[in-house]
Amino acid sequence: MRRQLRAVQIEEKLDELLGAVLSPSRTASGLARKLSGLEKEQQEFALHWAGVISRSNSEMAYQFVDHVCDGFRLMDMDDVTKWIIEAMDVYDRQGLYPGSASLREVETYAAKLSQKRHSVPFEDVVGILNKYVKGVSGRDLDIQSDAQAWTDTETIYLPTSFKWFDSEQLNFQLYKATGTFLLAQTRYGTFRVDPNTGVPFVCAAIAQYRDPTRALRIFESVEHMRLLSLMQAELPGLVRQMGELSASADSSLEIDGLSELLEPIRRPDSDVMDSIRILNELYHRNINVPESACYQGIVDLEKIRHVTRKRVDREKEKFRSDLAMLAESLAGPDENNEGEQGKVNVTFAVDEDDAGESEMMLMLDGQPVVLPEDMAQTANSIIQDFGEIPQEYLVPAGDGQYRKDLQADEEPPEEKKNKTEGMFYYDEWDFRRRHYRKNWCELRELDIHPSNEQVVEAILNKYSHLVRDIRKSFEALRGDNKMLRRQTNGDDIDIDAIVESYPDIHEGNEVTDRLFIKSGRLERNLAVVFMVDLSGSTKGWINDAERESLVLLSEALQTLGDRYAIYGFSGMTRKRCELYRIKTFEESYDSTVKARIAGIKPQDYTRMGVIIRHLTRKLIEVDARTRVLITISDGKPDDYDGYRGEYGIEDTRQALMEAKHAGIHPYCITIDSQAHDYLPHMYGHVNYTVVSDVRGLPLKVSDIYRKLTT
Amino acid sequence: MYRRESEDYSIRVEPYYAPQGSEIELFLSAHRNGIPVLLKGPTGCGKTRFMEYMAWKLNLPLVTVACHDDLTASDLVGRYLIVGGETQWVDGPLARAVRVGGICYLDEIVEARKDTTVVIHPLADNRRALPVEKTGELLHAPDSFNLTISYNPGYQSVLKDLKQSTRQRFLSLEFDYPENELEQSILMHEAKVDREIASTLVRFGVMTRNLKGSGLEEGASTRLLVHAAKLIVFGIAPLDACNASITQTLTDDPENLTAIREMASSLF
Ligand SMILES: Nc1ncnc2c1ncn2[C@@H]1O[C@H](COP(=O)(O)OP(=O)(O)OP(=O)(O)O)[C@@H](O)[C@H]1O
Ligand SMILES: [Mg+2]
Repeated sequence: MRRQLRAVQIEEKLDELLGAVLSPSRTASGLARKLSGLEKEQQEFALHWAGVISRSNSEMAYQFVDHVCDGFRLMDMDDVTKWIIEAMDVYDRQGLYPGSASLREVETYAAKLSQKRHSVPFEDVVGILNKYVKGVSGRDLDIQSDAQAWTDTETIYLPTSFKWFDSEQLNFQLYKATGTFLLAQTRYGTFRVDPNTGVPFVCAAIAQYRDPTRALRIFESVEHMRLLSLMQAELPGLVRQMGELSASADSSLEIDGLSELLEPIRRPDSDVMDSIRILNELYHRNINVPESACYQGIVDLEKIRHVTRKRVDREKEKFRSDLAMLAESLAGPDENNEGEQGKVNVTFAVDEDDAGESEMMLMLDGQPVVLPEDMAQTANSIIQDFGEIPQEYLVPAGDGQYRKDLQADEEPPEEKKNKTEGMFYYDEWDFRRRHYRKNWCELRELDIHPSNEQVVEAILNKYSHLVRDIRKSFEALRGDNKMLRRQTNGDDIDIDAIVESYPDIHEGNEVTDRLFIKSGRLERNLAVVFMVDLSGSTKGWINDAERESLVLLSEALQTLGDRYAIYGFSGMTRKRCELYRIKTFEESYDSTVKARIAGIKPQDYTRMGVIIRHLTRKLIEVDARTRVLITISDGKPDDYDGYRGEYGIEDTRQALMEAKHAGIHPYCITIDSQAHDYLPHMYGHVNYTVVSDVRGLPLKVSDIYRKLTT
Repeated sequence: MYRRESEDYSIRVEPYYAPQGSEIELFLSAHRNGIPVLLKGPTGCGKTRFMEYMAWKLNLPLVTVACHDDLTASDLVGRYLIVGGETQWVDGPLARAVRVGGICYLDEIVEARKDTTVVIHPLADNRRALPVEKTGELLHAPDSFNLTISYNPGYQSVLKDLKQSTRQRFLSLEFDYPENELEQSILMHEAKVDREIASTLVRFGVMTRNLKGSGLEEGASTRLLVHAAKLIVFGIAPLDACNASITQTLTDDPENLTAIREMASSLF
């Protein structure tokens, strides 16, 4: 083993390198003594760099040697190199003073480096957490990033990065623990709302104390214990992980004599009122409130009060108008009972069946009624806030209030002029009256304004290896070999055919010539229309992703040889529904089409029904055994003149049903994370896919198409 | 290739089957009335097991055919073979089941080619007969004969839809993954696993099913939960068992894998 250099040897070298900045009061011997404590390898490294740096500036070299030992104490050699290079960079750009300061601040540098190394940013985990939360809760909760971790029961906010621990693994676990803990606050009713005031109980309770900050801290720590004990039953593994993450995770409130007081929050049926009662007991005692655990996040009473208020009002109005509509539709279209709706007698109950699943029962004038999916969801959300449906919610909204957004539209469409060229009229379904509004929508076919076809080339380049994969997998599909039996020629003998002809062969009769097996591809005989959402909300990323999807898709379809057409759609009001031709069935995928794909731009609104009806008509005209209509969209049907909410959804659903009756398979690809609320109702449970990340869209669309047609 | 004795197909020991609803009574009355049956449901939810149970209960042979896209009509009905220099007709599984008056179960019927599917049409309406074109025979099904087909409506492929003219001949029984309690007892019975592990596995199953449509094509089936339970009883650590028999089986996507693994680690 090589031996370290001794101090004298080092001093000699340093004198040589740093001579210019040494003086009687600043000699090399102190430095040399420090360096003599390093490993041989480190010494050589230090002297080498001292030489390199001194060629730029001797003072920098001096500072370097003075601090390199600290550097080695805090970092490995690679990081020490980074430190040197960064400091030299500062020196080059900003001069000696900031440069030497960078060398002196080696500790700060090392600390920053280690933090950065192990920190986990939000963007890296949000995809996983979305799925995790969906799986654990069965609900689509929105997850967003914010400065602090907290929840308003509609959205879970998580910090932009976690760097609490010196390990990515632990920081990731911290994200997961925090997310689940906030989920538990929603699930176990931490912010349950007082039906009398519309304000969460906890907000009102905390506000009563002279020192609300202390009260909130006590509440948080009591509620923390309550939630942990509930989670223990369902997610014991996570609770164990949480304990490992936070030393204070288990009941640090456990002081003498408290255990009895805390008993209620250990019960499986505890609720937030128990925590509030305990808070009241503890507030006046002289106790130390424990630090909150690292995954606890914060409770922002002001924001919660605000968000709750808005939601409560919104849902109350919605529930009551839904109820009014339900009552009217049950009374039947003929009976004229307008104005009497307030007198309908409504009761509501939630039953637990044997399997522990809860079932909602609504009774209208003694008649049990099944809640429409949409309304059941509102009911669920209300129950989450209040623990029940409060009495005043069970009064249907009066005077046809719910129809106000449609009233303006009641007058029949004006007499149609002669059908102008390229103008089409379609009926629209009014679910409340259960009839079609005749010729309600006016649709025009327009050409998309072409842009530069280079854009398409650029996309192909960007995805070049993906394109290769896509081509390969679609080729495989095309070449999906089927055995064609009883052919007049082929690669193999058809034993079955021979055996059958055996008697003929034996007796010298005429033998059939269909004795071969051919492996050949069956004609796919499939025609597909893509209808692409060009509504205003697709602006930005979504529009880009749609464009990229179309490019990749066209590649795939070219390989496959399926007949296809692409249309964009948008519009504003029923008088101006617009369909943009991108590629018709007759056109081939040429530079014109490419330029149109390049040119797709976000427009206005999304009135889907009329578009589906129009494209259905186009598809039936094509001669194909299987016809598919695929929608690529970013949200619910929505137009300016009342075409939203249930009305839009029901018309779209009706249009899709018409398409199905015409033998068309509709399918929807969407990036709307709320889509699970309405797409199953519109398209059916298996006929849609939600792509959680826009960036994944281009890849997914081809993938889905492949799955869909094999 | 074909077994000759229908006895080979009979089920002598009572199969364990935990009913999800009234499917047993419905099947019995369909059988009594000569109505063919369509089992709808996702993979691994007990359809095959149900058929075994019904065959045992009715004391009838059960002939099962797993359909695939190369399955021809003669694969079902029968074909000539050469035996000792002579051609000899041999019944296919469907003809065999008709002759002995047993149960014929066509698993995953949509996988079969469309032209194959039509051979069951005359059997599945009130003619209850199977024309054997090649021999010119018309086989009449005895009263005890039953035709059952299965179909997974979760398939998204537009090419694999069951034609109306086919489906409208059948009585449909809908299967789904069993309710939590029931699934738990199935695991306890099938894998001899204790109540606590069974209940945790069932909750894991439900979590993965929540992801159906947002990343996963299908959640964990009862069959996969049984697999995991068996591994755990065998001494494999629960997380490893879940990972190997469920998580990795469901997906290859890294994001899905992590999310599902984290669900498991939260549970155990
Ligand atoms: N109701 C049930 N009673 C008893 N066992 C069940 C039941 N449901 C599922 N199982 C268990 O799940 C396993 C898978 O079930 P089975 O093979 O019947 O599924 P399947 O519905 O036929 O699936 P596939 O569509 O993939 O053929 C069975 O072996 C059994 O262990
Ligand atoms: Mg089966």
